Amino acid sequence: MPMFGRLYNFARWLTQDSSEAEDLVQEACMKALKGFGSFRQGTNFRAWMFRILRNTFLTSRAGLRAAMVSLDDDEAAPVELAANGTPESILISCRDQQAIQRALEALPVQYREVILLSDVEEMRYQEISDTLGIPVGTVMSRLSRGRKVMRELLTEASIRSGSRSASI
Amino acid sequence: MTCDEVRGRLAPYVDSELASTEMAEIEEHLRGCSMCATAARELLQMKLATRVAGMLYAPSSEFRLLMQQTLHAKDKRQWWSFRLPKIATAGLAAALLISSAALLREHNANEHELTEIADLHVTDLASSNPVDVISTDRHTVKPWFAGKLPFSFDLPELQKSEFTLVGGRVAYFERSSGAQLLFSVRKHQLSVFIFQEEPRSFSLHAGTLISTRLALHMESWSEGGLRYFIVSDASSADVHALSEMLRKVAGS
Repeated sequence: MPMFGRLYNFARWLTQDSSEAEDLVQEACMKALKGFGSFRQGTNFRAWMFRILRNTFLTSRAGLRAAMVSLDDDEAAPVELAANGTPESILISCRDQQAIQRALEALPVQYREVILLSDVEEMRYQEISDTLGIPVGTVMSRLSRGRKVMRELLTEASIRSGSRSASI
Repeated sequence: MTCDEVRGRLAPYVDSELASTEMAEIEEHLRGCSMCATAARELLQMKLATRVAGMLYAPSSEFRLLMQQTLHAKDKRQWWSFRLPKIATAGLAAALLISSAALLREHNANEHELTEIADLHVTDLASSNPVDVISTDRHTVKPWFAGKLPFSFDLPELQKSEFTLVGGRVAYFERSSGAQLLFSVRKHQLSVFIFQEEPRSFSLHAGTLISTRLALHMESWSEGGLRYFIVSDASSADVHALSEMLRKVAGS
């Protein structure tokens, strides 16, 4: 089963629950098997598989819960880098895997999925656009906004851990 | 380019999504502007940290087994129901399951490890930056891993061979870090993965294992506490030739 481990990892990040992730992967694999005829040879198989998984997620209980959080994608305003948090504190947080994982968990799912596809699955913008069924421009704006929120979360985490160690 | 123009393009810059001329313009700006260089470094650090931290969850072996059985059963269902009465089918299936459970567990663990390694190779080649250290010189690539990995390894002299070293990066397999080295031979790319046997022990047996999956040739073996894997779409003879060279230098 190619990509099984990676699909599961993505499903687990989307649902944040191990049994829901298992259900999701199982359902997506069944749909893929059933609909393999609709896969066009020569197109991107990875994007096709992730797309089935993600569409299955959207109609699941966890997906419907996540859809309640709406994002204003269409604002084309450039994202400015936050002024708070020194670069050093961000770099220190980046060495802390758990801090990164907590920040990813805290992100709205629309940001989390685009960051996972770009940074963990190392997909190109076009591939992410094919997977999520959104224009490349929206991929870029979601990535920018998602990373900005993530940076803020990491800054907060590093300030919190800084004040904790100072009080000891 | 002004700072504002550069800041607006930093994300596609770290994602390697810009045309080469634009990449070069940004690099030139970054060399002269410490503020923008810091912002770019920060973005890149966050991207690389997410790459590692985001590969967090692995399916349980029970779920993996269940999925394999389900998918397999889907293929075979019609054959079973046509040939045998239901009770006989259930009895036979149970007997088969019990007798082959141990064998299947070992087989599945092997399958799982080799498939994951093959995936790592394919995903890496599809990525925009397949290597983090780009060099054909083993004396540059090997020291680059120092401090990044809890072990060291040796690389063979390639000058008299058809192989070229492309570079390397740190690879992650079930949360342990290892080395990935990319080689090329006649337009084919070969990945060599090196992981520590301990503390995570591979379920693969210690001897050499040769496998073919998804048209990729694989070879895996243990040497000096390290587990080696080679994956490539090059011929099995090429894969074997590279494995011989690696073994020779590791054993010397």
